[in-house]
Amino acid sequence: MGKFNKTGKRGMPELNTSSLPDLIFTMLFFFMIVTTMREVTLKVQFKVPQATELEKLEKKSLVSFIYIGKPMPEFQKKMGTSDRIQLNDKFAESSEVQDYIYQERENMKEEDKPYMTVSLKVDAKTKMGIVTEVKQALRQAYALKINYSATQRM
Amino acid sequence: MPGINSSSTADIAFMLLIFFLTTTSMDTDRGLARRLPPPPENKEQKDDIIVKERNVLQVRLNKDDQLMVGGEWAEISQLRAKAKEFIANPNDDENMPEKHAKNIPFFGDVMITEKHVISVQNDVGTSYEAYLQVQNELVAAYNELRQELASKQFGKDLADCSEDEKDAIAQYYPQKISEAEPKKYGGK
Repeated sequence: MGKFNKTGKRGMPELNTSSLPDLIFTMLFFFMIVTTMREVTLKVQFKVPQATELEKLEKKSLVSFIYIGKPMPEFQKKMGTSDRIQLNDKFAESSEVQDYIYQERENMKEEDKPYMTVSLKVDAKTKMGIVTEVKQALRQAYALKINYSATQRM
Repeated sequence: MPGINSSSTADIAFMLLIFFLTTTSMDTDRGLARRLPPPPENKEQKDDIIVKERNVLQVRLNKDDQLMVGGEWAEISQLRAKAKEFIANPNDDENMPEKHAKNIPFFGDVMITEKHVISVQNDVGTSYEAYLQVQNELVAAYNELRQELASKQFGKDLADCSEDEKDAIAQYYPQKISEAEPKKYGGK
């Protein structure tokens, strides 16, 4: 029974890593598919409120974002700690919202323009005064489809 | 011809992976979808729609996030039931919205509270969270009523109904949440 002789030296065989790149590539593709590119660097901090009757935002290309909240700690020296509006990459006043919407609409395809949606990402502790100003500006700009961003309440 | 040394492919793939992990975000955006009314054409036209008092449910939020529904104090947890009762008016109450006959596909001639309005008014100092809770409860009231109607009429979930059926249900319970023109009380 020479096949089963136990006298032969047995070392630990080397782990075969030739399929490692394939594994990593698979992970890479997974993340590329399920995630979306971050579009702006946030300058305000916000924690959106919770709600139950939520709808998903359909097409990302049709959505413009308006952020409202307290400035990030590094900007607080300059901007103070009261609630601010962020459009694109910079702080803005509510009077600039209308122009921002026109600009966003300008960048859209003609057939997409009626479906434009504005997503309001507003901190839960914000006072309604500033939110109402933004809403009035959106009405003036005829951006009537809006979406109050929120997280699902369990 | 020696094979290309591929031992560094894993490292390259790792770097790509890390790049995508840091530059992308996974959060799916969800939110409460609402529609704003178009801007008023001119100031005088604003008040020409006279609505009967019984057709209006006043929902008010003050600067301390206290809620008032139809003239009495209420908790946010009570709002959904109150709104549902107001919208459906199941007992033909005198103080609830009046019903009108309307012909709706699938339902035939039915009596519905077509002219009801839920009017939400908030103060400048109301917190956004309280405001969103109110909006959420009102939308939930409509969704629950529509859901009940779907299971009663079609025997299935609202989500499983066809587009025509959904349309008919939306006609039965039209969503009428109006937000009053904001008022400024005093100074800041």
